[in-house]
Amino acid sequence: MEKHNIQYQTVRFNLNGKDVERTVDVRASLTDMLRNDFRMTSVKKGCEVGECGACNVLIDGEAFNSCIYLAVWAEGKKVRTLEGLLGPNGELSDIQQAFVDEAAIQCGFCSPGFILTAVEILESGKEYTDAELRKLLSGHLCRCTGYENILRAVKKTMYKRLGKELPR
Amino acid sequence: MYDMKALYQAKSVKDAVALRLAHPEAQIIAGGSDVLVQMREGRRAGAELISIQTLDEIRGVSLDADGTLRIGSLTSFSHITRDPLIQKYINVLGEAVDQVGGPQIRNIGTIGGNTCNGVTSADSASTLHAWDAVVELTGPEGVRRQSIHDFYIKAGKVDLREGEIQTAILIPKESYENCFGHYIKYAMRNAMDIATLGTSVNVRLSADKKTVERARVAFGVAGPVPLRAETAERFAAGQPVSLELAERFAQAVKEDINPRDSWRAARDFRLHIAVESAKRAFIESVKLAGGDL
Repeated sequence: MEKHNIQYQTVRFNLNGKDVERTVDVRASLTDMLRNDFRMTSVKKGCEVGECGACNVLIDGEAFNSCIYLAVWAEGKKVRTLEGLLGPNGELSDIQQAFVDEAAIQCGFCSPGFILTAVEILESGKEYTDAELRKLLSGHLCRCTGYENILRAVKKTMYKRLGKELPR
Repeated sequence: MYDMKALYQAKSVKDAVALRLAHPEAQIIAGGSDVLVQMREGRRAGAELISIQTLDEIRGVSLDADGTLRIGSLTSFSHITRDPLIQKYINVLGEAVDQVGGPQIRNIGTIGGNTCNGVTSADSASTLHAWDAVVELTGPEGVRRQSIHDFYIKAGKVDLREGEIQTAILIPKESYENCFGHYIKYAMRNAMDIATLGTSVNVRLSADKKTVERARVAFGVAGPVPLRAETAERFAAGQPVSLELAERFAQAVKEDINPRDSWRAARDFRLHIAVESAKRAFIESVKLAGGDL
């Protein structure tokens, strides 16, 4: 087999509000770097081909499957993971609390990805219909079949943030 | 870790062209939602990659001085859907690419990648064919423009020459002016699925909205590459708007398409949904154009 040298590159980016720098193997995915170099274990390794959404993170405010995103592409970006949602003393954010309250979690493997997509939805400041929310959440697989409760958690938080009553 | 031999990161379009010439065997990677998945599957294992992901100069939608709509090749699907120029002039393209994969895929997937992989099922492809898009390619000799119809050579093969990268998709003013279109993706699921058949129709009506001046229809997965159904187009041109016209226009698409049997669907089923989709998309396009039927 042909041998080749391992290629390294230094990446500077902002992770959950903090400027960071790492020298990584260029073959690494963003999932690899976040888990191995930064211990961001909320970023799950699921399908690793961009289908299940378990590795979802926010990059400059948009949701991306970090498994099909090269680590070196994070240069200069603002990356957010679930860890970044916690308050200074580990308090849950409103959307995390809504997932707890609505029992939108069983095994929890899909939750970090779902919650970060929910954050993108909520931060748009828009009011969506149920059909629109289903579509916006459709990039995630939950194998415990908890979609209804997840939808309810996102919807409830959306109305709360908009200062509106949840329609019955 | 991805099984790649080397990664070359282009810093500009010029740099990308130089890298293409220096590493002719290397695979271009834009968003990565095809290339990285294929690498993971082993199909592109051990390949060299030229990354153009960070070239912001070919990202975004704008109007050229002559009114041509310019879509930078690295513009993501979600940005196309949200773009005000797209919504104003070719809304159907925004709607079509809003049906690719799922939300995260639409944030990373690019229109350039969607066309350069030469796949017939690409959700952008039928609409780009139906609107006579022009592909802009930048290479060692400068910029070359080519009709999207000639860009697709065969399944999985496009006319991307030595040293070239695709830098934009252009929609000429003559092509979008007063045109209204509709796209129907027929798939088994509402998300994360590949089209069994994609149908894109657009019409331009006369000033009194009574006559079809021009109708165009293109399909994905009705042949090895996306294709136009010109017999149906010729049939509809100059005809008065009516439901009967929609029916006969739709029946005529069978003259030009040649779908295959695959595990996704049988040829006969694809022919059936091609006619039905053409009819529905034609009716919807006429309505969007202000016609009454």
